[in-house]
Amino acid sequence: MSSQPRRRRLEVEQIGDVTVVNFVDRKILDEQNIQVIGDQLFSLVDHDGLRKLLLNFGNVEYLSSAALGKLITLNKKLQGVGGRLVLCNIDQQIYEVFEITRLDKFFNIQKEEQAALQAF
Amino acid sequence: MPLTVANTMNFPRDVKPAVAADVSIPSDAAEARRIQDEIEQHLQARHVSEHDIFSIKLALEEAIVNAMKHGNQFDRAKKVHISYQIFADRFDVQISDDGNGFDPSDVPDPTAFENLERPCGRGLMLMRHYMSEVVFNQRGNGVIMSKVFRNGGGNGKK
Repeated sequence: MSSQPRRRRLEVEQIGDVTVVNFVDRKILDEQNIQVIGDQLFSLVDHDGLRKLLLNFGNVEYLSSAALGKLITLNKKLQGVGGRLVLCNIDQQIYEVFEITRLDKFFNIQKEEQAALQAF
Repeated sequence: MPLTVANTMNFPRDVKPAVAADVSIPSDAAEARRIQDEIEQHLQARHVSEHDIFSIKLALEEAIVNAMKHGNQFDRAKKVHISYQIFADRFDVQISDDGNGFDPSDVPDPTAFENLERPCGRGLMLMRHYMSEVVFNQRGNGVIMSKVFRNGGGNGKK
């Protein structure tokens, strides 16, 4: 249920100079939800000035192409300001979605958070 | 004659579906969620495999979002029409909107390097990958999809 669209959809933690982002939602599906998640992600770069983002997908069971679109925009944003985006802990079924759309080659995707922290 | 997957593929239609429904919903995300949850519950009750359910959910999400967003421009007055049937061995669904339709061949290949950053096309690609069959109607405002269960599924109690 998306009855509280304004609540925080991300859990953000700073590890060294890397900002680790966990998703609160298990399903990143509906339009409104994706919009809010996208806005909160973009704000980490645009408003908070963060440059090294690690997205941990450990909680995420589903995502749709609209969510992929937000990740692509986020990546572009970070590249534009000399930052980096790394993804990790992606469930196998969701990883398949990245493979089918060839985004597994587009993003820097690491298995575990620890390895991902090294990837910056 | 209604366009159905059965008419385009040679599925035997003498078998009655275990579950069949036909609904029209306004272009509203919450309404879409409700019908998707309902379908998921039916599939789970029939012991369809987790991967098949994942596939169907993803394809439904993409098709319904396309219908509401591109077809109906999120105009609540415009409806999305969803009919689905669950058989012992497969799931069929027909989704149409009140929009003007589109030509699926106009959608660029989202995996081409120059298109990777474009937002469109990935939904269609996922639908085609995850479903056994995806067919658009002539006008392009309707899609019919079918998923043949991988394990012959649907062997839940009748």
